[in-house]
Amino acid sequence: MSVFIIRRLMQSVIVVAVMSLIVFVGVNVVGDPVDMLINPEADQAEIERVIRDLGLDRPLHEQYLYFVGNAFEGDLGKSFVFGESALKLIVQRMPATFELAFSALLMAIVIGVPFGVYAGMRPNAISSRTIMAGSILGFSLPTFWVGLMMIMVFAVMLGWLPSTGRGDTVEIFGIEVSFLTADGLSHLLMPALNLALLKISLVIRLARAGTREAMHQDYVKFARAKGLSETRVILVHVLKNIMIPVVTVLGLEFGSLIAFSVVTETVFAWPGMGKLLIDALHNLDRPIIVAYLMMIVLVFVIINLIVDIFYSVLDPRVRLKDAGQ
Amino acid sequence: MSDAAEQTTAHAVDPVKVETPLQRFVSDYADNKISVVAFIVLVGIIFIAIFAPWISPTDPYDLAKVSIFDSKLEPGTKSMDGVTFWLGTDSAGRDLLSSIFYGLRISLGVGVMSGVIALCIGSAIGLIAAYYGGRIDTLIMRIVDIQLSFPAILVALILISVLGKGVDKVIIALVLVQWAYYARTVRGSALVERNKEYIEAATCLALGNNRIVFRHLMPNCLPPLIVVGTVQTAHAISLEATLSFLGVGLPITEPSLGLLIANGFEVMLSGLYWVSFFPGIALLITIVSINLVGDQLRDVLNPRLQK
Repeated sequence: MSVFIIRRLMQSVIVVAVMSLIVFVGVNVVGDPVDMLINPEADQAEIERVIRDLGLDRPLHEQYLYFVGNAFEGDLGKSFVFGESALKLIVQRMPATFELAFSALLMAIVIGVPFGVYAGMRPNAISSRTIMAGSILGFSLPTFWVGLMMIMVFAVMLGWLPSTGRGDTVEIFGIEVSFLTADGLSHLLMPALNLALLKISLVIRLARAGTREAMHQDYVKFARAKGLSETRVILVHVLKNIMIPVVTVLGLEFGSLIAFSVVTETVFAWPGMGKLLIDALHNLDRPIIVAYLMMIVLVFVIINLIVDIFYSVLDPRVRLKDAGQ
Repeated sequence: MSDAAEQTTAHAVDPVKVETPLQRFVSDYADNKISVVAFIVLVGIIFIAIFAPWISPTDPYDLAKVSIFDSKLEPGTKSMDGVTFWLGTDSAGRDLLSSIFYGLRISLGVGVMSGVIALCIGSAIGLIAAYYGGRIDTLIMRIVDIQLSFPAILVALILISVLGKGVDKVIIALVLVQWAYYARTVRGSALVERNKEYIEAATCLALGNNRIVFRHLMPNCLPPLIVVGTVQTAHAISLEATLSFLGVGLPITEPSLGLLIANGFEVMLSGLYWVSFFPGIALLITIVSINLVGDQLRDVLNPRLQK
């Protein structure tokens, strides 16, 4: 077991190291930030001063070593645009992204499970077929376009919900959150639903398949034979069993929610990490790009590591196969 | 022997009509009416994409013909020259229907091109992994596993931020996002095929490795590849649209559907819904029809489901 964890841990370290090299070299080869960030009317002395300040005059490999050394101290450079520590900016925006992703996750369960169970109970009813057709559509709809149409309908035409920003936030444990104020909640609703759409479709399919399977199991027949009401059979016996795959898969999908929040944040001007990245890409703000990519790779490597370990605990075949190689 | 005589002998020998594999494939596919409709729609979309410059009502990128006086017209209004704008115009006065036709051309072009390149590279790598096995296989599949553990959109964003903007860069990014799916699919089916007798026979004949891999192994791994290919192409189109919408995909000189939607976003808050609504519908129809065709192909080409 510990051998397995150590192997995986080493693999994760290699992935992070390789990524840091690719990201750093790649980002530094693209475009010339000097042209982008310095006032074209500035004189030569001013240009040279800024280049020196930003460390752009050193050779690339020195810049990289400098970057790695600083990265261990939690310093990934200063944003060209904001003039603040890039890592600090990313960490500041992180709670907004995580709030959005968690809300979407919650919505996927709250909306997806009831629909899925319903469709699984009556697989041939027209209503169930409509639900399934809707879930196929949910897989095919481009997220950003759905977001735009939501803004069009609910913000522009009906004027029910605000279309941009986080609204009022409250601070708990030093983290700004939106979901505790009415205004924040109304700002959160559309982006979270938009982000959740794909996962809702996924949960509907999982819950439907699980329910169809569970309905024929002995424990359901037995529960019915005991004379339990249908509601109790579904809510207690069936639901408990289908939640295992649903929760497992959603755990795996959490990473993709964070990745897709880049799109949703841009559409709804939600001030999270993703929006920061897109703005940085437009401004060629390299330290922010590097810091974001390193942060997100780290988050993913950690998520994947946890999932791998979790799986190897559940299924011994995984670690045995790995040790055999 | 004359044609007539040939026909009579064939008829005499085999009075029962024998289905060729192609005929069986077509009739299996046609079992599902929705898939047939999806296929027809897809053929229509491909037709539009190929012949866009000839069938568009106007040329939206010919500055001499686009008039700013026609800007922001609602769907169905007529221009001053009597041309009807069925889907309205954007803020520069371009006919939206024509823009969509041209946009489909770019979106499909980028999606299909990246899909074909990724298919070639990915399946070659997958075949090599399966045929040689051992360390090469372990190394390749480790890379594939690691890449697939990151969502496609994230990999694409990383690549775009590393590579920069431009049509070629977007295609490279899409290829690098997709190759792993093909490699994994081909490796899976090649591992099964590798142990079959015909490969053994080819090896006994002392045929070269290249010949065995590409002439014998590869054709037998094709069916699952076709299915993955259709679904991946839909993904690629959707991904390109997303990247272009975010402003990190295609440049404005290549107005794909994603860029049209992004343009519409700017004027949407003032109530011009159609500028981003219709390109989105076009994108949706394209993706849905490709996915439906892919779904049916999966069922038809799956030997386990064959009657």
